[in-house]
Amino acid sequence: MSDTSLAGRLAAIVGAGHVLTHKVDLVAYSYDATADVPRQIPDAVVMPANTDEICKIVNLARARGIPIYPRGAGTNLSGGAIPLHRGIVLSFQRMNRILEVDAENLTATVQPGVVIQELNNAAAPHGLIYPPDPGTVNTATMGGSVAENSGGLRGLKYGVTKHYVMGMEVVLANGDKVRFGGKTVKNVTAYDFSSLFVGSEGTLGIITKITVKLIPAPKFRRTMLATYQTIEDAGNTVAGIIRAQVIPATLEILDRKTIETVEAYAHVGLPTGAEALLLIEVDGMAEAVVLAEAEAVIKTVAENRGVLRLAKSDAERDQLWAARRAALPALASLNNTVVLEDATVPRSRITEMLVACAAIGRKYNLVLGTFGHAGDGNLHPTILADKNDADEMSRVHQAVEEIFETALRFGGTLSGEHGIGIAKMKFLGSEIGESGLNLMRSIKDALDPTHLLNPGKLVPDREAVHAGI
Amino acid sequence: MPASEREAALQSELDKCMHCGMCMAVCPVYATEKSEAAVARGKIGIAEAVISGDLALDDQEVIDTLFNCLVCKSCMQACPSGVQFDRIMLEMRAQIVEKNGLPWLKSAIFGALSRPAVLDGAMKAGAALQGLVFRDDPRYRAISPRSPFAFIGKRAGFDSDRLFPPPATHPLRDRVPEVLPAPQARMRVAFFTGCSFNYFYPETGIDLLAVLAENQVEVIVPKDQQCCGTPVLVHGDAATARTLARNNIDAMEGTNAQYIITGCGSCGSAWRHQFQQLLGGDPVYGERAAYWGAHTYDVSTFLTDVLKFRVPRGRVEAVVTYHDSCHLKKSMKVFREPREILRAIPGLIFNEMSKPDACCGSGGSYSLTHIATSSDIARRKAEDAAATGASTVATGCPACMMQLLDSTHRFGRTQRIRHYISLLAESYRVEREDEGKNDGAL
Repeated sequence: MSDTSLAGRLAAIVGAGHVLTHKVDLVAYSYDATADVPRQIPDAVVMPANTDEICKIVNLARARGIPIYPRGAGTNLSGGAIPLHRGIVLSFQRMNRILEVDAENLTATVQPGVVIQELNNAAAPHGLIYPPDPGTVNTATMGGSVAENSGGLRGLKYGVTKHYVMGMEVVLANGDKVRFGGKTVKNVTAYDFSSLFVGSEGTLGIITKITVKLIPAPKFRRTMLATYQTIEDAGNTVAGIIRAQVIPATLEILDRKTIETVEAYAHVGLPTGAEALLLIEVDGMAEAVVLAEAEAVIKTVAENRGVLRLAKSDAERDQLWAARRAALPALASLNNTVVLEDATVPRSRITEMLVACAAIGRKYNLVLGTFGHAGDGNLHPTILADKNDADEMSRVHQAVEEIFETALRFGGTLSGEHGIGIAKMKFLGSEIGESGLNLMRSIKDALDPTHLLNPGKLVPDREAVHAGI
Repeated sequence: MPASEREAALQSELDKCMHCGMCMAVCPVYATEKSEAAVARGKIGIAEAVISGDLALDDQEVIDTLFNCLVCKSCMQACPSGVQFDRIMLEMRAQIVEKNGLPWLKSAIFGALSRPAVLDGAMKAGAALQGLVFRDDPRYRAISPRSPFAFIGKRAGFDSDRLFPPPATHPLRDRVPEVLPAPQARMRVAFFTGCSFNYFYPETGIDLLAVLAENQVEVIVPKDQQCCGTPVLVHGDAATARTLARNNIDAMEGTNAQYIITGCGSCGSAWRHQFQQLLGGDPVYGERAAYWGAHTYDVSTFLTDVLKFRVPRGRVEAVVTYHDSCHLKKSMKVFREPREILRAIPGLIFNEMSKPDACCGSGGSYSLTHIATSSDIARRKAEDAAATGASTVATGCPACMMQLLDSTHRFGRTQRIRHYISLLAESYRVEREDEGKNDGAL
């Protein structure tokens, strides 16, 4: 019991089998799903079983001045899970229980390590769903998606993670455990702390329990795919659908480069030479309403010279979705490095943004395809490059900067759903200004004065106040 | 392949990985261990660290981590980038063996696998002596270690709870003639038995031959065939695997067989894919490997797609669920055909389990070298199978049969474990018996 090493003290808290310190294990925690960001191995990985153990880990780390990096499944796309300044990776893989599905109150309470799809599996027998659906639903954890405020394909109609979080339990940097919110739809007691911690990227506290809202699963849906000879026709279709007062669950767009690449990669029968493709899905509880919405969509597509395919069965729906699903893997197959951005603009500027992204790709002589969520303005300009080619990587960085500038010029934002993390931190000031940065720092300093929690992410340093560096 | 080409092939496979982590959703080892070094993405990171010099291949922890994989290929089904993770795994293991040599025990066993007379002698001696070491378990037609040996064997996974099929005193290939002619034969095929059918499940092999006979297929069972090499290849011994591949191709030449038929996912995958990969640059054997690769079928595919098998009429009253062998489904892409066969059997009720293609945890010797993880993976499989209400778990691979036999018993279940071909054979047998009775009545 006299082992005072970090590993020894962590083992005393969680048990020796739940602390990893060998380099071969640590290497596997030196990265997440983000390309082109630094890798760093932590000093230790610890897998606690409950909130009390987390409080003890926080107290130990604070006493020793060692940073803590909370980690779910490590599917982050902005470098948020990388242990940039070494220290402790706190993995939630053992805290993976669904504590309750409360069908009467339409809520679920989960530990942070629960995989999103597992919550949906547990809700399904009650006829309920948890709508936020990032591309990683089968792997990403609830804790990670709440900390990053994940979006997904259904954002337009169903919103994103922040619209579903009703309450939380959080361990603060001072070791305190706090609870707020709950199962009631209405709750104005105290500050709205859920809003503070959703999307805080692990920098303000460690989320240890989450209560979320569930909704009844839509019973009917219609899936359509439309291809266009011009981007403008596709953009006008998006605007036309909204003007017809239809809010599709899914309204996805692929640009010419993405369409060509998908067709060459997956042979899903897309017309060559198409400038844009829309995948549209309407859903709802009443068949008549869903059919009427589908009619409105079909009419709008025709008015804008789109070529329409309508799925008549689940198998045909899968075929239509195949193009969208193949977008990222197809683009990724073109080179060894995938720089996947998520710059977002108001819906009305989608056409301009798509045209601008393609122009930026040409300007810097890069392979760039754009796809994404046309319905909510959240695009994924995706650049494929060779990480071993310094000149090309430098052009990638310039292109990314110009994409951000363009999004901001159109009244948009740096990140729709991937987070700021390491990858976009240096651009933060250009969107929120110095006063915004100061507000961020004030909140960070108030809750985590020694920068114990996920340092080096989201909040740019005023000066070096990192713990343990 | 020259070292530089091998390095380039490895690097190109590693570069395909986006580190998205989709493999975490399906990796059986990760589902149990929850550590990122357990899953493909983590092992790719480790391989990259080895290449950059941050980790070394003679570090025992690195070796253990790279061997902590069933090579079940589940990750490859979920991978959006098409990373061929099995190739990464086999290349890293081959490099480990090249650098450090094989441990003496593996060296002795693998040496025996490539010397048929030695292997045959050892297996028969083992079968003759098994009564000393194992006790019969009459409930399961299986054996488990007697207590003193169970104590010794505990670290290697042979505790007294482990059930194992008894090694046959008369292996399959000793029991059947080399040629089994069929009257008005429709086709002539070679049966590649594999070691498991030969030494542990000769009755299943005989069932397979009976089914082919029922469908008027002439069968050659070449005496010179050897181990398919999969067990040695997954341990990094590519040289022995290559020797075995050449010997097996030699054994098939001159048989005049139109097709090679297998009843084991691992053996079938070896013929379908592995021999070509191993012998790709070989001027003599490369082309033969490719030829036989295109002419190898799992017996189910041969029956449903090539032969259009005769639908059996004998009733088999059983509730059956089917476990997809990883090598059969994920490598040979065979999963529809065994179900088609099972559904064709009168009286048989087929209930699908929730995750039929989740690995059973066998991984060949993985079940012995990684007892705790393998056992936890097996527990999930046993629970899933039991939840279907099935009285029989069918599968298409003898290695899975061994694992399912042990895990079903270990986790308190009672299902019988059978190869799907045995259920079809039983239906044909019942049909014959029924016809016999009717003939008598007339």
